[in-house]
Amino acid sequence: MRSPERWGLLAGALVLVVVLPALNALPPGSPLRVSDFTLNLFGKFLAYAILALGIDLIWGYTGVLSLGHGVFFGLGAYAMGMHLMLEIGTRSVYGNVLPDFMVWNQVKELPLFWKPFYSVPFTLLAVLVVPALFAYVFGYLTFRSRIRGVYFSIITQALALSTWLLFNRNAMNLGGTNGLSGFKSIFGWSLNSATTQRGLYVATAICLCGAFLLCRWITRSPAGRVLIAIRDSENRVLFSGYSPAAFKVFVFVVSAMLAGVAGALYVPQVGIITPAKIGVLPSIEMIIWVGVGGRGTLLGPVVGALGVNWLQSFLTTTYPDLWLLVLGGLFVAVVLFFPDGVVGTAQKLITRLRPTIRAGAGAGTVGRPDEGRRPEEAKPQTELPHIQAR
Amino acid sequence: MWRSLVLALALLPGLAAPAVAQGARPSPAPPSPAAPADVVAKLLGDVASADSAVQEAAAVALGKTGDRKVLPLLEALREGSVYVRSLPGGRKETVIVGDKVSEGDKALVPLFTAYGREPIAGPDGRPLLADLATLAEVATGRSLRIAIRPLIDAFAGQNDLVNPDPAARRAAATKMAYTGDAATLQLLEAALTKESDRWVHFALEEGAALIRLRTGDPAERVIAAETLGRLRSANAMEPLYQLAGDPQAPSPLAAAAQVAVKRIERWGLFTQAIEIAFQGLSLSSILLLMALGLAIVFGLMGVINMAHGELMALGAYSTFLMQGWFATYFPGHFDYYFLVALPFSFLVSASAGFLLERGVIRFLYGRPLETLLLTWGVSLMIQQGLRLWFGAANVDVTSPRWLSGGIPVMIGVQLPYNRLFIIGLAAISVGVMYLLLFRTDAGLRIRAVTQNRGMAACLGVRARWVDAGTFALGAGLAGLAGCAITQIGNVGPELGQNYIVDSFMVVVTGGVGKLAGSILAAIGIGGLNKIIEPGMGAVFGKVLILVLVIVFIQRRPSGLFATKGRYAES
Repeated sequence: MRSPERWGLLAGALVLVVVLPALNALPPGSPLRVSDFTLNLFGKFLAYAILALGIDLIWGYTGVLSLGHGVFFGLGAYAMGMHLMLEIGTRSVYGNVLPDFMVWNQVKELPLFWKPFYSVPFTLLAVLVVPALFAYVFGYLTFRSRIRGVYFSIITQALALSTWLLFNRNAMNLGGTNGLSGFKSIFGWSLNSATTQRGLYVATAICLCGAFLLCRWITRSPAGRVLIAIRDSENRVLFSGYSPAAFKVFVFVVSAMLAGVAGALYVPQVGIITPAKIGVLPSIEMIIWVGVGGRGTLLGPVVGALGVNWLQSFLTTTYPDLWLLVLGGLFVAVVLFFPDGVVGTAQKLITRLRPTIRAGAGAGTVGRPDEGRRPEEAKPQTELPHIQAR
Repeated sequence: MWRSLVLALALLPGLAAPAVAQGARPSPAPPSPAAPADVVAKLLGDVASADSAVQEAAAVALGKTGDRKVLPLLEALREGSVYVRSLPGGRKETVIVGDKVSEGDKALVPLFTAYGREPIAGPDGRPLLADLATLAEVATGRSLRIAIRPLIDAFAGQNDLVNPDPAARRAAATKMAYTGDAATLQLLEAALTKESDRWVHFALEEGAALIRLRTGDPAERVIAAETLGRLRSANAMEPLYQLAGDPQAPSPLAAAAQVAVKRIERWGLFTQAIEIAFQGLSLSSILLLMALGLAIVFGLMGVINMAHGELMALGAYSTFLMQGWFATYFPGHFDYYFLVALPFSFLVSASAGFLLERGVIRFLYGRPLETLLLTWGVSLMIQQGLRLWFGAANVDVTSPRWLSGGIPVMIGVQLPYNRLFIIGLAAISVGVMYLLLFRTDAGLRIRAVTQNRGMAACLGVRARWVDAGTFALGAGLAGLAGCAITQIGNVGPELGQNYIVDSFMVVVTGGVGKLAGSILAAIGIGGLNKIIEPGMGAVFGKVLILVLVIVFIQRRPSGLFATKGRYAES
């Protein structure tokens, strides 16, 4: 790894984790102050970036397009939301220990599966384990029977649709169409206070850095190289004696856990989770964040999640009619003209502009420097992962 | 709406020239008895009485005369447009007033006679206009309005029983059965002797028995219960069920009711099974219509077309446009708009598909995941385009008259024409596709390119044009499906999204590139959906089907009929 890049990443992390919240903590009225609203919005985007990293892991590196990541995001978000609902206690509108929507639906007793969510450790565990378990079962069933390519995409899309349908039902006792909302506090801290929100932002930023390091470690490990090999030619990997299914299940589970964490961080910052966040459309929108940013790079999904969501929040407030057209256009443009995304294209340009610098490392990092090619391991150009069968 | 309009037109000459029309009608109206003039005159006076009991008794007595000229008065009483005017010499006359005509600051109203609602002429021979302030309004209470309602219904029913349209006669008989009394019974039985249509006959018989069951003497009621059981009347289920469980009912009646309930219940199960099978078939054909286009494009070209749903929506909106054009330019031939809309929507969607293929998709062959994302983007743009153009709300597509209604095939089962039409359309589409693919030159080329593009190209097949044509064909089929959907569902910008996942499930389950697989999968998924739905609800049904599909794919990873060749292993 080139050290300038490492320094760059470190500086970026520092800005996200320390500088932004510090600017937010400035007294109101000072020119450099970042407003609570902006920081909160940014926190939401960073949560999305964690999710995007997970998607990049499975799509950008392993070549498996999952159109159902909204489900895992939703599972994490609902797990956290359920705890926050219970934490409201009798401060709710009806003053009942039961969440308001249950009173509304005339549920007399807390359903059994809600009860463990009183406990904080259980909730934090559930945020990781529930999506992971679900992804494991689903991934095991599909990858084992060698469902791949578009088949997998379609099946996951159907998964997103049916989960969305299920979560919309009042009979599920998860708030139906209105979802979970009206939270008051998280682990005892009031959600209305700017300090709590700042703390949540910092937690999200730290989680993002952690997720980034985790993904970097995975993609640079030998296992990560098998993932790339699976993307480029699954059959060859299979015939070489590896079990692509096992690797795919592993990466699917990791990616689902990241989505779950993202969901759990999203809920307290936004204050509401509804089934509309886990359906078919949000699931496929997540893909475009990664696509725009640059799949197969680790910086790409972060940049894409921030950029596309910023664009969305800008357009939906100023030109609401345009947003879907722009989103559709992004899909078309990314596929046709920028398959490497912003970061991938930028890296290509940089490499082309500096062909002589560190010839060995440079040759090894064409297109996707983050794929973990150490200089001494650089291989001839012909086997570069980006030259894949398309 | 159209039906009632045409009906009204058909009835118009009948109203104008009763003598001529009576000969023309299939079942002439029973001559309405003219009530004795002196009795009517007294009752007309009583209707205006301030004593509500006298008033109500008079109104009911008028209604019971069965004289049709009394009907306008009853209706006017209900609307509150009955007034009393003073005549010279201290006499009072009950009159009906028409719509207000303003003249200066006075509210003038035309007057009509209470009996028969004929315009009252003034001294100058023109219709008499009276100042509303000089008239005394006849107060009508709630109980009076409740009392006249069945009388008005009876008159309406009497009219409808001789309606030339069998469906209207049937509806009238069923309606009268609920509110009728002994007088209605006579009407029904009189109609029964003249009725030739099987289903109206059934409804009349059912109605008569229902009234007897309610109002007859004990022996009659037993017979009525038995008759209803024999008729397997679903409408009689409720009263019979109550009778069967009623401890105060005479025991032979309760026993007869119990037997009848059992018979009706058994029949109900049978008809329900038939209905579920029919609904399953109908859903299957919708899925098939959609999946057919998808399967051709996916199977033959390896392209996942996420915009298929939006191509369908384009077809549906084309139908909407065609309907608008017909309503504007050929209102007389409105019912034929759908016949023109079918090929039109095919062409619109096929051209859109052609442009899509030539414009973008051809750059992406062999990269199915990229195509999937691209077509999804295109679908979002089409969707938003439709929303901006036609508005976000659903648009209204009226069924042509020949597609509304249905064929009653047996008691309690009616097959709607629009569903039958869709089943037929799906069958024809499959047949034509089969012939096209396996019996024509073009089909041969398509199959050749599918099996081995390079070889086919070497042999002179213009592979690119085959691609474009195949894609346009698949898109056109989507348009056709969209056109058909307008007859049974809502047409809105989200139309495509509602069906796309289901049709993909059909394609995945059926296996790629096999028509037979798609047909079987469509029938399987559609049928299963309708079988599960009544027990578990639509949502859990859908989820269960997804689980079943995943389990099924475990056994058969490439669908029901696996293709051997290029796409078997990508």
